[in-house]
Amino acid sequence: MPARVALFVTCIVDQFFPRVGLAMAEVLERLGYRVDFPEAQTCCGQPAFNTGYREEARHVARHFLSVFRDAEYVVVPSGSCTSMITRHYEELFRKDPEALEQARRLAPRVWEFSQFLLEVAGVEDVGARLPAVVTYHDSCHALRELGIREGPRRLLAKVRGLELREMPASQECCGFGGTFSVKFPEISASMVRTKVEAIHQTGAQYVVSVDASCLMQIQGALNRAGSPVRTLHLAEVLASR
Amino acid sequence: MMTGYPREQIRRTLADPRLQEAIYSATGRLMEHRRQVVAPEVLPDYQELREQARRIKEHTLENLDAYLEQFEAQVRARGGEVIWAKDGPEVADFVLDLARRSNARLLVKSKSMTTEEIGLRERLEAQHFEVVETDLGEYIIQLAQERPYHIVAPALHKTREEVGEIFSQRLGVPRENVPERQTRIARTVLRQKFLTADIGITGANFLVADSGAVVLVENEGNARLTTSAPRIHVAVAGIEKLIPRAQDLAVFLKLLGRSATGQPLTVYTSILSGPRRQGEWDGPEQFYVVLLDGGRSRVLADRDKRQTLYCIRCGACLNHCPVYRRIGGHNYPWIYSGPIGKIASPQFQGLTEDPWLPFASSLCGACAEVCPVKIEIPRLLLELRAEIVKTQAREGQNRWERLGFRLWSWVMTRPRLYEALSLAAGLLAGEGSDQGWLRQLPGLLNAGPLRAWLDYRDLPAPGRSFRALWRQRTARVRE
Repeated sequence: MPARVALFVTCIVDQFFPRVGLAMAEVLERLGYRVDFPEAQTCCGQPAFNTGYREEARHVARHFLSVFRDAEYVVVPSGSCTSMITRHYEELFRKDPEALEQARRLAPRVWEFSQFLLEVAGVEDVGARLPAVVTYHDSCHALRELGIREGPRRLLAKVRGLELREMPASQECCGFGGTFSVKFPEISASMVRTKVEAIHQTGAQYVVSVDASCLMQIQGALNRAGSPVRTLHLAEVLASR
Repeated sequence: MMTGYPREQIRRTLADPRLQEAIYSATGRLMEHRRQVVAPEVLPDYQELREQARRIKEHTLENLDAYLEQFEAQVRARGGEVIWAKDGPEVADFVLDLARRSNARLLVKSKSMTTEEIGLRERLEAQHFEVVETDLGEYIIQLAQERPYHIVAPALHKTREEVGEIFSQRLGVPRENVPERQTRIARTVLRQKFLTADIGITGANFLVADSGAVVLVENEGNARLTTSAPRIHVAVAGIEKLIPRAQDLAVFLKLLGRSATGQPLTVYTSILSGPRRQGEWDGPEQFYVVLLDGGRSRVLADRDKRQTLYCIRCGACLNHCPVYRRIGGHNYPWIYSGPIGKIASPQFQGLTEDPWLPFASSLCGACAEVCPVKIEIPRLLLELRAEIVKTQAREGQNRWERLGFRLWSWVMTRPRLYEALSLAAGLLAGEGSDQGWLRQLPGLLNAGPLRAWLDYRDLPAPGRSFRALWRQRTARVRE
């Protein structure tokens, strides 16, 4: 019996970047997993949590917990949402022992996509091929909350035809930050401008990350600057052949 | 929620290429210097030192009453005096009274964020005393009549040309743009001040409980002169500056210089206890330590957020903050800017004084990564955001956002409604294809958060959702 993997595609991927979810499913199926998409899923609650609306966040997080309660593995194309579930639910449910218990039971089964490949599936080479120059953006929560740094680079190194060129200050925030990006658009835009310059310095055709929300910010700014550079989620790179 | 947010002022800062370059490159240099001296091959026990520093601070604050009393007794035993001050005016009253009693006219100061916090210089000047800052950066700021731009580098935003201009205007010297020559000008003026000053005022980087010592770290030697040339030394320090034992300095001195400027140690480290004793040929005749509460005991009362008081004012969080690196130090409402300011200001100045402040962060976490005493800044920002939202709900403020999130959570727990709305959004955007990007939205839709996004970036057009494509795909597989 192959292991079953439940996709939590995140609301951003569901709404704006469906191809990322499909790519993730493809890679996982290629590795022999049975992939499910629990249709009742919506969001992990992070937008409300990060904006200070704890009660609203709890409401949505409880829904998340009930949808994925029985999943063997939950794989997520986002370091930020993974960290919300595996780390911040702890804080969110401080005073709700029942939900806290559920969150703690689920947390060890929830994996960010690249970590799942490396640590659960135990693969570095997924047989992908993409003849292109790419640069990698370290998404903040993946990097600093989940310690994801070398993993995606190792996966990229195994992609045939792909050349990885590091950008300056790849660990500097792109300026998305959820509601920060619309409450403080001028600061957020100034941050992504630096990121766009760093990307351009590499001469890469694609910028890759493990978080679709960063890519929304970066692609939005690249487009606005008239740049031909495209963003790709790591899953899209690994699905290409 | 955005009440008091100085949007126009911040836009001006962002649109000033010279200022942007000055902030970004100065903080970038400090980042690089720090990185080199905390690297594992240079300082293998860096992470253990951070952990130890945090634990010492935690322990000290847990037992602060006892350590404060021990400190006071030790200072007294060495012939010094301790003054307890509730707030800035009480500090100023003490210094004014002392200055009058001792017929002082000129006071020299070394750099101190605590005295900046309470506006001590201004309070003394208002009573017609001459007060001169002797740290070069702080002296420039005093002449420019500004407030410090950065906890460690007060004049970080000033170019050499601007400094030349300030010196020539305020000191009547010929314009000089070479930093070394500017330093010489300041040195000539300040030497005279040191020699004629009656009182030297300093802050304190650490107060050592077991030896009643005031510890000062600096690079220019001005603090050492401030504490030895005048006949009276007054150190003003927040009560959180206590550490239990002299040997704890081994931990903190290793971290402070490295985190602040990338120096393994600063050029001068002065450990001062008590006035000049018999047989000693330098040091002040009188030695006072003013212990300032200034809201600290209130912050201390919150067991979780009290870690804000662990701060040793290294400024590393500012240097690494992508927000500080763009908006600079003067767009924050209080003297403490950057990430530490974002968590300190609401606690010291009041939660809803500047409600936008804890929200002005992308929560990237770079600050917590470099904090030498491991203050969990992003987590405290989240905590403060929740408290602000709660307070505003009680006071009936910020109604629309609250309603928005309530609706959002209602929709997000109803998958079918959520899907119907996402379908509607796709139709409304008039875009059937996947991954199209919108440059603008028509009329009424071009408002609020959508407009804020679109003012600077393209927005992905909602097309067919993942779940729609997934259903198609599963159907295909079944066939």
